[in-house]
Amino acid sequence: MRLRKEEERYAFGLIAPSMIVVFGVIIIPIITTFIYSLVNINPLSSHMGEFAGLSFYIKALSSKAFWDDLGRTLYFTIASTAIETVFGLLIALLLNQKFPGVRFLRSIIIIPWAIPTVVNGSLWKLMLNGEYGVINALLQRLHLISSYQSWLGNPKTAMLCIVIADAWKMTPLAVIFFLAALQGIDYTIYEAAKVDGAGMIARFRAITLPALRPTIMVIVVMRTVEKFKAFDIFYLMTRGGPANSTKTLMYDTYLQAFTNLNYSDAATYAYLIAIVVALMTVFYVRMMKRRDLA
Amino acid sequence: MKRNEKGPRMSARRRRLTLLEMFLGLLLAVVVLAPVAWMFLSSVMLPVDLTAKPLKFIPETITFERYAQIFKSSTTSDPAYVFRVALKNSFIIAAAVTILSLIIGTLSAYAFAHVRFRGKNGLMLMILFTYMLPPAALIIPLYRIYNKLGWLDKKWPLVILYLSFIIPFIIWVMQDFFGSISKSFEEAAQVDGATRLQTLIYIFLPIARPGAIATGILAFLMSWDEFFYALIFTSSLTSKTMPIAIEEFNGKFTIDYGMISVAGILGSLIPVLITVLFQKYIVMGMTAGGVKE
Repeated sequence: MRLRKEEERYAFGLIAPSMIVVFGVIIIPIITTFIYSLVNINPLSSHMGEFAGLSFYIKALSSKAFWDDLGRTLYFTIASTAIETVFGLLIALLLNQKFPGVRFLRSIIIIPWAIPTVVNGSLWKLMLNGEYGVINALLQRLHLISSYQSWLGNPKTAMLCIVIADAWKMTPLAVIFFLAALQGIDYTIYEAAKVDGAGMIARFRAITLPALRPTIMVIVVMRTVEKFKAFDIFYLMTRGGPANSTKTLMYDTYLQAFTNLNYSDAATYAYLIAIVVALMTVFYVRMMKRRDLA
Repeated sequence: MKRNEKGPRMSARRRRLTLLEMFLGLLLAVVVLAPVAWMFLSSVMLPVDLTAKPLKFIPETITFERYAQIFKSSTTSDPAYVFRVALKNSFIIAAAVTILSLIIGTLSAYAFAHVRFRGKNGLMLMILFTYMLPPAALIIPLYRIYNKLGWLDKKWPLVILYLSFIIPFIIWVMQDFFGSISKSFEEAAQVDGATRLQTLIYIFLPIARPGAIATGILAFLMSWDEFFYALIFTSSLTSKTMPIAIEEFNGKFTIDYGMISVAGILGSLIPVLITVLFQKYIVMGMTAGGVKE
């Protein structure tokens, strides 16, 4: 019993510095944000200072703007996670082969991931520029377009451009995860399957895919959380425009807080995002635990 | 490398497959490298060539004048000067965050992996949630608190903010590393009369060093990359970081594309070099925690 106490005191000493810094920064703001979502603190509102109950949540969930934001957020989240997972897997399968130049490819594949998010946004914004952009020049040279297009200025193409820019940077991360998993598969199983007459596709479905399933799950969940709260690339490339076509939940939260000064609305949005993130965190931890058991 | 090419008579099917793989590999190399190459080319092209129509993909004359400007400019309103100071700020902040978060986070990670205490699992879940929490859920009260304390537009308050999400990241990944170290080391050391702290310092820390290098690099990169807090909390040259300077360049029409590209190249230089040189560690760090960037 005495030993147990001593052990706890030791643990407390080791974790205390972390807890002081982390919770010291977070506790008060996270509680205050919750209060802001229940009490009207919008400085421009005539009801300022009044207790609002859940009315900000009801207002958010019954407004068209919120659901439009959510729709765009989901479009970005699902499209880029899907692209990264599928291309990540295909590229990893290619890089897991042996052919001249593969070592070089393995060492450069990580470069886009290393480029800071803001630089990536700025790079793609320049390349997509409607007047001088290299992508316009290239597409015109290949006769795919007849005149320069304003890719980021067009509500129909802006979100797609952000998806592509983001996928270019983040697909390498999926590649690295998949490569690590592929290298863990026992090579002799393939030989045995070959002897048994299993073709390439049959081998992929029977051996590779089941072995990669945990990695696929980890990537999909982790990336979904990240995409759901993405902000930087939207701020840099389009600022939610044109015509709100890239306004996501996260970006709208920023607008409410710092442009419209609707603090309570922003706090409500932020909490709704945090709830989704919390649910996904729990789901993720459960999944990791199951993976450890397997 | 040549396991599949047994002898001179590689089968025709295998040869065709290798050719296909090489073609796809080339395509991949172009997709990966072309945007980076273009950013570099834009940084050395003359302004006239950058806005030319039709655009020449290979310029006739190049200039490194913009790079020179970054290093020698001394007028505080000059974008080149602003960017140089921002780079310096970013470096100071990222270095401080890396060192502090490694020291503080590693100790906690060890406790989570090897010391028994009540409420461990719940606390770990909270730590992970903290790491995933969108900063928007904190930003309005944080801004008000920082404003009251007079902490806006200063470097070290930004360091504290970064620590609040980078320490959880380090704990999450490092406890995985510590967890893989056998408890028998600890028991053996205790039999030899070592105290718990001695065991930690002389036995566990050296074994966990590769993990610490990996997470330390990732911590540096996360801090170098951070945008949201910096956007809200910095305003002048005292604390403005590299991402904020780049964002401002993009919003200004008076700055030529070449200068934005120079900033992009210089802003990427450190992270790309670190990543390529320490790739092995980084891959280990990322796959251990199953975490993001």
